[in-house]
Formats: sequence, C-alpha cells, structure tokens
Amino acid sequence: MIGGSVVVIGNGMVGQRFVDALRSRDPDGRWRVTVLAEENRPAYDRVRLSAYFDGVSADELNLHTPYDGVRLRLGEPVTGVDRVRRLVTTAAGEYPYDVLVLATGSSAFVPPVDGATLPGVFVYRTLDDLTAIREHARGRRTGAVIGGGLLGLEAANALRLLGLTTSVVEFAPRLMPVQVDTAGAAMLRRYVEELGVTCHLGVATTAVRPGPDGTAGALELADGTLLDADLVVVAAGIRPRDELARAAGLGVGPRGGVLVDDTGRSSDDRIYAVGECAAVDGTCYGLVAPGYAMAEVVADRLVGGAATFPGADTATKLKLLGVDVASFGDAHGTTPGCLDVTWTDPATRVYAKLVLSDDATTLLGGVLVGDAAAYPTLRASVGGPLPAAPLALLAPAGSGAAAAGALPASAQVCSCNGVTRQDVDTAIAGGCADVPALKACTRAGTSCGSCVPMLKQLLDAAGVVQSRALCEHFDVSRQELFDIVRVHGIRTFSRLIAEHGRGRGCDICKPVVASILASLGGGHILDGELASLQDTNDHFLANLQRDGSYSVVPRIPGGEITPEKLIVIGEVARDFQLYTKITGGQRIDLFGARVDQLPQIWRRLVDAGFESGHAYGKALRTVKSCVGSTWCRYGVQDSVGLAIALELRYRGLRAPHKIKSAVSGCARECAEARSKDFGIIATETGWNLYLGGNGGFRPRHADLFATDLSTSELVTLIDRFLMFYVRTADRLQRTAAWIEAMEGGLDHLRSVIVDDSLGLCAELDAAMARHVASYSDEWRDVLDDPDRLRRFTSFVNAPDVPDPSITFVTERGQPVPVGGRSPSPDGRQPVTLGLPEVRR
Amino acid sequence: MSTTTTLHWHTVCPLTRLDLDRGVAALVDGMQVALFRTADGLYAIDNRDPVTGAYVLSRGIVGSRQGVPTVASPLHKQVYDLRTGDCLDLPGVAVTRHEIRCREGLVEVRLRQEE
Repeated sequence: MIGGSVVVIGNGMVGQRFVDALRSRDPDGRWRVTVLAEENRPAYDRVRLSAYFDGVSADELNLHTPYDGVRLRLGEPVTGVDRVRRLVTTAAGEYPYDVLVLATGSSAFVPPVDGATLPGVFVYRTLDDLTAIREHARGRRTGAVIGGGLLGLEAANALRLLGLTTSVVEFAPRLMPVQVDTAGAAMLRRYVEELGVTCHLGVATTAVRPGPDGTAGALELADGTLLDADLVVVAAGIRPRDELARAAGLGVGPRGGVLVDDTGRSSDDRIYAVGECAAVDGTCYGLVAPGYAMAEVVADRLVGGAATFPGADTATKLKLLGVDVASFGDAHGTTPGCLDVTWTDPATRVYAKLVLSDDATTLLGGVLVGDAAAYPTLRASVGGPLPAAPLALLAPAGSGAAAAGALPASAQVCSCNGVTRQDVDTAIAGGCADVPALKACTRAGTSCGSCVPMLKQLLDAAGVVQSRALCEHFDVSRQELFDIVRVHGIRTFSRLIAEHGRGRGCDICKPVVASILASLGGGHILDGELASLQDTNDHFLANLQRDGSYSVVPRIPGGEITPEKLIVIGEVARDFQLYTKITGGQRIDLFGARVDQLPQIWRRLVDAGFESGHAYGKALRTVKSCVGSTWCRYGVQDSVGLAIALELRYRGLRAPHKIKSAVSGCARECAEARSKDFGIIATETGWNLYLGGNGGFRPRHADLFATDLSTSELVTLIDRFLMFYVRTADRLQRTAAWIEAMEGGLDHLRSVIVDDSLGLCAELDAAMARHVASYSDEWRDVLDDPDRLRRFTSFVNAPDVPDPSITFVTERGQPVPVGGRSPSPDGRQPVTLGLPEVRR
Repeated sequence: MSTTTTLHWHTVCPLTRLDLDRGVAALVDGMQVALFRTADGLYAIDNRDPVTGAYVLSRGIVGSRQGVPTVASPLHKQVYDLRTGDCLDLPGVAVTRHEIRCREGLVEVRLRQEE
C-alpha cells in the first residue's frame, strides 16, 4: 500500500524531519499527513535550545515548514491509540490512520528525591522550560544542576549566563561520563570550574529543600553537603516516551522505547516509531542524527523503498561552555585487547586519547578535550587504518594533508550528508577544484561544516593547486598583497607591480590595489597615478548605468533627513531632469546624470550640507535604521542615533566589497539588521551584534556574535571586525563568505577580535582611529580642486558639448533611457539605443 | 565589407590632456572616439561598447593581457586589444580602431570607417 492517511504523533525535530522526508519523496501527495503535537509551538531546533539564552529568538529556532496536504494540530496531546479501529484519540477528537508514526521523543528523568516537585525545580527540554527558568531566575542568586552530562553542562552554562552562582552535581565520579573518559573529564572539569561553576562529583542528591518562600532553596547531597540553590535544573538523563505504545500493547525494549526493527516498524506493521522514543533492535539513541536517519528510512518505506537503519554514528563534537569536546567510536576502550594512546598537555590544557586495535593498526575510537581540530580526520578513520602515526595525529598541527590523504576510500568524510572519501575524490577528478565546488557537487560540508578543513586537505592530497593568484599580474592573494603594500610602505601601483608583479595590470588588480592604498590612508582616490587605477564608478564618484549615464547618491546617515534637505534633493533632480528612486538603504538615488553634470549637481548638494554616499565604491554604504525608542512604542534603544553615529564613523572606509549595516531598536527587527554585514539589534540593556549577513544572490542571515554590549563595547568590536575584514578578505568577498572561508569560522573571528589571540587588536584599533581622523568628503575635495575637476567632461576636445548618445523618454512622469532593456550576453547582436549614430 | 581610411588628420588636444593609462573620449568629425595613452604609445578605438551600445569604452581600465595592451569595458568588463580593436573575450566581436599620432605636442586622429 502506497498512499492513504498517515498520522504522526509528535512534532519535535525528528517528527518534522519525517514530514519533510515524506513530502520530498511523495511529490504527488499520495500520503495525507496529520501531525498531532503536544506543545503549542511547531517544531524547533532543540539542539540549539541554549542559544535561546544568548538572545536567539524562538522564531529563529523554528524548523517547521508548512506543506499542502499536511495538517498540524498544535497543543493536542494524544490520549490513546486504538489499533483495531486504527484510530488515534485526542481530547478534541479522533483521527483515523492507515499508518501511524510515533515520534513522541523522550522526557527528562527526574530522580525520586524529596522536594523534586517544588516550585523552582525545572527540567531542560522545551522552550517553555527555558522561559520558566528565565522567569524564576530573576532576582535569585544561586542555581544547581543535577546531572553533569552533556545537557547538564549546557544547563549550567545557561544558569551562569542568567547571573546565578552555579553548581553541578553528578552521581558518576566524572563529568560527561557517557562520552568522556576519566582523564578527559578531569581536563574538562578544570575548564568548567574556571568559569565559576562548582562541580560535586561521585555523589547523589538526596533532597531539594525549600527556602523561606516555599520554592527551592537548597540541595541536600548524600555526603551531607547542603548546597544553596534558589533554582534547580534536573538533567539526570532521559526516558523514551513510550506510554502510548505500552497502553496500546506494542512491544517495548528492555530499557523502554518502542521496539522497532531496522525499518522502523513496530510489532504492529501499521505502526512505526522514530527518534528518541524508538528502540531499534532494543537500543535507544538520544542524539538527533540517528533520529533523522530513522525518519528518512520510514519515509522511504512508505513510498515503497527498501531503506534500512544502518546503525548510528554516535560520535559527537560540541562546544560546552566554550570548550571543544569530541568523542567518537569506542571512546571508552571496551573492545577486548585494545590499546590507548593518550596525550595530555597541562600547559595548553589539551587532552586527547586514541583507542587502537590490539595490533595498533586500526583506529577504534577516541576522546578530545580542549582542541577538537583533529576530529573530522579521526572520526572518518574509525574502523580503518591509522592515517598517520598516533602522536602526529594528536599534535596540534597534526590534522594536515598527509593524514587526510591517507584515509581509505570508504571513510566517511561528511557524516551529516553521508559523503565518503571516494565521493570527494570522484568529484575532484570530475573537475571540482575548490571547496565551494566540492560543496555544490557532493553536499559535503554543507551542514555542520566541520569537515571543510578536510575537504581542503583532500584537494591538496589530490594535487589540486588552489591558486591564490589575483590575476595574471600578481601571483598572490589580495590579503598577501595588502601585507606587501603595508609592510613595504608601497604607495604606488607602478612600484608595486614592478617589484612584486608583472605586466601592466588589469581591471582586476588595479581596483584592488587602489582599494588597498585607500584603506591604508592613501589620500584622495583621484590623486596622481591613483586615478588611473579606479573603476569608472570611483573615477567619476558616481554609479555608471547601462546607457553610459551615472547616478548620484548623497549620504543620508541612518535614513534621517530634514525637510529642507529633501527639498534640495527634489530641486536638484528637477533642475537636472534626473530620475529619482528611493533605495533599499534608506536614501535617494538620482539617475541619468552625464559626467559633465556631476560637478554642478554636487556643487548644489555640497552647499546644502550633503556629502558623498559612496554608493559607487567598495566601501561602507548605509547604516539603515528603524525609528527606535524616539518614537516607536516598542523601541527599547535609540536606533537612529546609533545608526547615524556608526555611519559617520565608518563612512568612506574602502573594503574588499561593499559593506552594509542596520540598527533595529527592538527585537521586532524592522531595520532588517540580520541581512547586513554587521547588524545591531537593541536589547533592554544594550545591543546585540550580528555579523556576516547579506541579501543578494545567496541571502544569508548574520550570526549572533555578542550580546548586551554597551555602545562603546559595540563600537570597539565593529572597528576590529571591519579592519580585520579590510586586511584579510579576498577581492569581492563579502563578510559572510569571508567568515565562512575562515578556518575556525566565527569562533576564530571571536578569538581574534575579542580575545586578541593574534595580538592584532591594538593595530586594528589604531588603523580605525586613523581612518576616522582622516576622513574627508571626496566630492567636496573634488569641487575644491581644478585639476580633479577637469576629468568631468564628456569630450576632451569639446568640453561644452553634452554626450549626444544619452537621451531620455518619459515614463510614469520621469526620464528613463531610450532603447532596449536586455543586451545580448554574447554580444553578437548589439542592442541599438534607438537614436541615430552620430556621423555626418 | 572593406575598411577605408579617411584622409584627414584631426587635431584633438594637447598630449598633456591624456593621462597615462587612462582614456578620454573625443568628438572627431561627429564620431565618438576613445583615446588612450600608455607607456607603449597612443591608441584610438570607437568609444561605443559593441556589446551594450553605450558610448563608454574611454572610461574602461587600461592594462595588459599576455603582453597585449588592453582596455576593459566598464559595463560588463569584456577586454579589447587596443592595437586591433578585437575583443579578447568574445570571438567575432571587435571595435573599429582609428589612427592616432602626436605632432608637436598635439594629438591627432585619422578616422577609419567601415563601408
């Protein structure tokens, strides 16, 4: 039977994945889907639950996609399953099914201790739990977490962020007992305690004692210790939600969970179970990746496929309280006769262990704490020969090309998308010559991204030279060129190309060098030889349009403008017969100006107090804003004031590509700050900073970088972010691509500009201070200089003749260029402008 | 189709009005011509970008490709050989080149026209 009615109980991550998987495999909609959810909100990313405390909103965690033919009933818990009549019952009604999928997940296990039901005792499973924790933490001082596993440490970090003095109590003698061995856990404990979280290990909690207000006040431990705890989180493990299955008489696993086979099918062949509620051949998995795999298997079966659950990769790599922790394969060395190789470095606080087969040839598993850079290579090597000598693998620089190159063809490089070494090598042989091409071709590295360094190494191992040459004139990248110019104090293109390049330059390297010289404080962009390097937009300080005319964009900082200035723009547009359009960056673009008109237009604008908007440059464009607390009844900060201050601070900064920004005065985000290179969103107490967003061909939301900053902290971070970008990005690389390409990504960026890991911050700060101090309006400087002004003629031998090829017709009351709209890309059929050739 | 050269040399401007490695546009006998001065000499081609029909080639960036002196259209960056007018990126596309020389500090142009 393919098609009919499928009822899904549960809309967690795995339940949603099942719906997504079924919809993509069943494009004709043969299966009608009903999803019954207990919670009042649709599926969200529970793995990133803690991000909620970092200022990430519930909306951003949303995973739910609406589909035709899928009915979602929120807040409707199922009360019973009638297998004979094939009906699911809720308080609201009955739902018949042909196939039933249980995706009920798990619940927190709460040990049966006195006081476990007191107000102030929470579990850490849902957004509602987190909201309640945040509410209760207000005004309280101390918190405790029962459970020192993965979730317990996440919860401890959350309590710490809420300002509570936090303790962790773990019954096992070490932290993260499931994933990490004794020595690794000891290293982890050092990191954790350094953050101010106290650990009580190897001791049971015997009771939660109430405080004076009747809510939780203290934890009583088996050793007699009494721990202050105004708020308690229980994270002592999970139990599969199998109560519906039990009541319906389905088989369950020895330790609970709906017993299913490797196709996800329960003891009733019309009922499947997926995710944490399922016990595949008796084993429950508390990770999302195996749950996703089960969801895919069941969806495949429903459309007649033959997929089976391949067994789970329980390898994990995560950042807990800022510490890298990874565990994979037989991490505890339970294989008979196995050998350990361990590495402990107290100075750098790195611990690593490899578990090898008894003949020391095969990697079985391992644990990494403090530095997980080798994780992708190691995880991919599990079950195969060691790709290098053990110590070479574990030493900090040990995950190099040699190691990746020795991986067997069957090694899984990207576990998120099931891509093997063989797949990558085939793609490389097929012509993929860089990481973006490999991503597009194989999907490797497109989910968590942890294998991206290995993709680079495999390219290296295949002998693919990833050329960094800017163009035929320079063999180095933009970043290297920047350093050459800076270190050698080179001020001219001719010296640079004579000493470090060849030929005469081109339309690629010349603007790059012009931008580098401008970033390093090279004076006016039209001075001397610099003028010949500029793209036509920079050369005429205006934007070339398709008919050869230019557009003009005066700066309107923050989008705030007086009526008088608006009137001036209107008058200028009217007098020069310019087409006017409001831009997305909250300013006004004036189109259709000839080069000889530009100085006259700008004379009027400068006299009225306008300055260049740099719309023509690879430079800061605008800092858009919403109206903020000045007017808006929801605003919590003065977003317009900040936007203007930032726009004035960074105006004129030349960069590898354009830079856009926005400031929103509250979490409603009306300024769309997350679509910007740097976006700022106001909080009750300060500003959240988001980095690396853009619109365009490949839209991307900016990532949260820092929270609740004061204005001066914010400005310092943006200063460094921009200067580091200006120095190190490739040509025409927006900030998003720059961060993505950076080894270590956002974390690396944070280490450079927050923790000063490269010792660069003072230099970046000084460079920005120089920029701010040396800013001068480019257009005013042109108008004041006859030598610069002489360029602005249409014809060198007829300065008074306007360019006759620029003519307009009127459309909707405004001038627009004459002629065709879509030039032929191959150039074989030039589009005529519909005006006579100027010939006698 | 044959190419003929008109007989007249037109004086355009003093050589000093041509910046090194940057073009200017001139009106010669009613035609728009793009003039360039590089370290190798003077070049003149039609100012009209044959791909878009806009009169912009004088505003392109001057450079070299494999030793050949070039200008790149400022609109869509196709590169032209300044010596021949041939487009190096699009086979079969070319702009007309014109004769150019410097006499006693003055730049002179003689048009070539396709007939």
